[in-house]
Amino acid sequence: MKINERFYPILATLAVLALLYGYGIFEHRAFSDTYVLGALLTDNAFLIITAVGMTFVILSGGIDLSVGSMIAFIGVLMAELVTGFGMHPLMAALISLIVGAAFGAFMGVIIAKFDIQPFIITLAGMFFLRGVCFLINLDSVPIDHPFVAAFSGFKVQLPGRGWLTASALLMLATVIGGVVIAHYTRFGRNVYAIGGDRHSAELLGIPVHSTIIRVYTLSGFFSALSGVVFAFYTASAYPLAAVGVELDAIAAVVIGGTLLTGGMGFVMGTFFGGIIMGVIQTLIAFDGSLNSWWTKIMIGALLFGFIVLQRLITRSFSGMRAGAT
Amino acid sequence: MSNSALSANDADTVLSVRGAGKFFPGVKALQDVDFDLKRGEIHALLGENGAGKSTLIKVITGVHPRDAGAVLLDGAEIHPQHPGDAQGLGISTVYQEVNLVPTLSVAENLMLERQTRKFGLISWKKTEADAKAALDTLGLDIDVNRPLGSYSVAIQQLVAIARAVALDARVLILDEPTASLDGEEIQTLFRIMRELRGKGLGIVFVTHFLDQVYAVTDRITVLRNGRLVGTFVTKDLLQIDLINHMLGRELAEVSAHRHQDEGSYSGPKRSIQVKNLGKKRVLEPVSLDLNAGEIVGLAGLLGSGRTELSELIFGTQKADSGLVFLDGEPVMLRSPRHAIRAGFGLCPEDRKQDGIVAELSVRENIVLALQGRRGWLRPIPRAEQQQFADDMIRALGIATPDSEKPVGQLSGGNQQKVILARWLVSKPILLILDEPTRGIDVGAHADIIKLIKELCDEGLALLVASSELEEIVAFADRVAVMRDREKVSELVGAEITQTRIIEAIAR
Ligand SMILES: Nc1ncnc2c1ncn2[C@@H]1O[C@H](COP(=O)(O)OP(=O)(O)OP(=O)(O)O)[C@@H](O)[C@H]1O
Ligand SMILES: [Mg+2]
Repeated sequence: MKINERFYPILATLAVLALLYGYGIFEHRAFSDTYVLGALLTDNAFLIITAVGMTFVILSGGIDLSVGSMIAFIGVLMAELVTGFGMHPLMAALISLIVGAAFGAFMGVIIAKFDIQPFIITLAGMFFLRGVCFLINLDSVPIDHPFVAAFSGFKVQLPGRGWLTASALLMLATVIGGVVIAHYTRFGRNVYAIGGDRHSAELLGIPVHSTIIRVYTLSGFFSALSGVVFAFYTASAYPLAAVGVELDAIAAVVIGGTLLTGGMGFVMGTFFGGIIMGVIQTLIAFDGSLNSWWTKIMIGALLFGFIVLQRLITRSFSGMRAGAT
Repeated sequence: MSNSALSANDADTVLSVRGAGKFFPGVKALQDVDFDLKRGEIHALLGENGAGKSTLIKVITGVHPRDAGAVLLDGAEIHPQHPGDAQGLGISTVYQEVNLVPTLSVAENLMLERQTRKFGLISWKKTEADAKAALDTLGLDIDVNRPLGSYSVAIQQLVAIARAVALDARVLILDEPTASLDGEEIQTLFRIMRELRGKGLGIVFVTHFLDQVYAVTDRITVLRNGRLVGTFVTKDLLQIDLINHMLGRELAEVSAHRHQDEGSYSGPKRSIQVKNLGKKRVLEPVSLDLNAGEIVGLAGLLGSGRTELSELIFGTQKADSGLVFLDGEPVMLRSPRHAIRAGFGLCPEDRKQDGIVAELSVRENIVLALQGRRGWLRPIPRAEQQQFADDMIRALGIATPDSEKPVGQLSGGNQQKVILARWLVSKPILLILDEPTRGIDVGAHADIIKLIKELCDEGLALLVASSELEEIVAFADRVAVMRDREKVSELVGAEITQTRIIEAIAR
C-alpha cells in the first residue's frame, strides 16, 4: 500500500524523535531510563498543552500570539484568588479556565466578524494580558495551599526509576482530548477544511465564523489550562513568566509536522514536536559542555528543515495530479 | 413529464425569485430578475459570460446578500446568511469554481458537515462507506482516502457533483458542472439529473453547451446584462432564437474549415519537433511535429494523455524520456520558466489553479506572460500595456467596466478569457492551448476560434487540446489522437472529420 502523502511530515517528526532519542541512549546510558521520559513529560507539560491549542489555530490558518501572556496572567490570577481571596485552588482553576476561554472567544469574535488578521488581534491580546499581569501584581508571589502541595507531590510510578506527575497526566489527557476533537468531531474536520481553503469551506456550507470563534476559544482554554498547570507545578506566580512560550508552541506545532499555512497536520505530531524540543534541551543539559543557547540553535535548524519539507510537500501536491487519474 | 412542467401552477413552484437586484461597485450584476423553479423540472439558466447567472445563484444561496427583491422557497421567504443556511433549507449547490478543499481527502470533502456520528463522534468507517456509495452513483471508483488535490479537475468536479447530489435536497443548483467532463460522464450526470427530476427535485442547470440544454432541460431562463430576457419552454424555442436572446444580436457565422486555405503563412519556417517525449506511468513516448503557421489539434477522451502531453512539452512535468527540438536544436525543458524563455506558452486547462492572479487587474494579468518573456528588467511601457489590454478586451469581448478591475471580480468565463488573452499577447513561438473555449459563451466561442486562426497566420505554431470535436475539425490542419496515454493516430487534411477522430479514439 502506498503511504498517503498527508503522513509524510509526521513520519519525518517521528524519525527525528527516534534519531535524537537513539543518540541520547547511545551517548548517555541514563537516557534509556524511564526517569528521563517522566521528566520530559513533566517539564514540557505546560508547553505541550498550549501547543495543542495552537495546533487548532494553525490548522485553521491562523496564529495565536497571546498564549504566553495568558499563562502568566492565569498564574497571577490564580495567586490573587487563592492567596488573596482564600479561594480553593480548584475553584480558582475553574474560574481561570472560564476566563481564558472567554478571552479567546472575544479575540475569535473580532477576528471572524471583522475579518482582521489574527496576527494583529492576538498580538494586541498578548500585550494586553501581559500588562494586566503587572496591574495585578508586580512581584513573584507564592501560591500556598495544601492542595497545590498535593498536586506537585502526586506521582504515578513507572517501571524503572521514572514517574508521571499530575502535570504530565493532565498533559497526556489534553493530547488525547485534542486528538479526539481534531479527528472525531465535525468541528475538528471543519477546522481542517477552513485551513485548507477558506473560500471553498464557506461554499461547502461550513459555518466558518462560528468555527473560527471556537478555535480561538479552544486556544484560550488550553493556554489557560497550561497556566493552571504551570501555577500548580511551580506553586508560584510571576508576571514575567512564560515569555516567548507562544513562539515555542508554534515551533512545537511546526516540528510536529503541521503545515504553517493550515489545513494539514496532526495533534499527535504536536505532542512529538514538544517532546523533540524537550529531548534537545535534555541532551544539551546532559552534555554539560554546551551552552544552553545551543537548544535554540538546534530548534532553529529543525524548524528550518521542517519548513523546507513543508514547502516540498505542498509543491509535490500540485505536481502529482497527473499521475492520479 | 414535460406536461407537468408546462402547467404553470403556484403549488408546483418550489423556488421563486422576485425582483432580485445585486450591485457591485461599477456593475449592476442583477436588476429586477424574476425566476421560477418548479418541482420536477430541469431548468436551464443561460446567458453570455458576465450575464449574471452565477450572481443569481449566489444571491439565492446566501453567498452574496441581495440588494433588492425576495427569494421564496415553497412560498415562504428565506434569508440565508451563508451557503450553510441554504443547504440546511434544502438547496444544494455546486458553484462554478469547483469548491472543495484540496488538502482534505476525497471522502472528507464528500462528507464534511454530514459525517455519520456515533455518540457524537465521527465513525470513519461508516463515513467512508457513505462516501464510496455517493461516488458509486456517478460510477466513480477512486481511492477516497487520497487528498482531493491529487486528482484531475474532472474528478474534482465529479466529487463536487456527488456531494451535492448526496444531500437530500429539494433544489439542486449546478453552475457549469459539465465544463471539464467528458461525454460519458456527462451522460451519467444527465441520467442522475433525470432520476432526481423524477423524484420531484427542482434542478437549475447552467451551461454554455446548447446541445446539453436541449438534451436535458424542460425550461430555459435567459439573462442578459443582469436583466431577465425571459423564460421559455425548451422544446418550443429554436436554437437560433435562443442564441439571439442570449446575445441580443445574431451570431456571426463561424467561418469555414481552415485547412482549405492552408499555407497562407509565408514567414520563416520555425519548427518544433517532439521526439519520443514520455514519462513513466504518465505518458507513453510521443513524437509530433509542430510547425509555424500550423494548428495541430489534440483529441482524445478525458485522461487519454492530452493534458499530460501539453505539460511535458511545457516542462510543468519533467519528461524522463525524449527531447523537444526547436529548429533542430534540443530545448532544455526542466521547468515552465525554461519553456517560456525558449518561446513556448501554455494556457492550462485548470485556469483557477494555474493561471489567474485574482488580486491583479485585468491589464496586469494580460501582460504577465509577455513581461515574463522579456525579463523583468525591461518593463513594458504603461501605454503599451494599456494597448494590449484594450485590444484583448475588445477582441475577446471581455465583460469588464475597465481594464483596472481585479480579475477575481470578473465572472468565471471572463476570467478564462483573460488568461487566454495573456498567452495570446505573449506571441510565443509555440502556443499550447488546453481547452481554450471551455466555459466560454457561444458568442465569444467564435471570436476565439477566429483569433486562433489569425495567430496561426501570423506564424505561430499552435497545439490545441480540445474535447469538442467540432471545434477541432473547424480549425486543425493536423490532428493527433490520444488514447490510454498514447498517441494512436495522426490525421491530416481531408482525413480530419469527426467520424475519423471518433473511430481513432474508439478503436
Ligand atoms: N465579487 C464581485 N465583485 C465585483 N463584481 C462582480 C463580483 N462577482 C461578479 N461580479 C460582476 O458581476 C457580473 C456578473 O457576473 P456573473 O459571475 O454572475 O456572470 P455569469 O453569468 O456567471 O458569467 P460566466 O458565464 O462567465 O460564468 C460580471 O460583470 C462580474 O464582473
Ligand atoms: Mg458564472
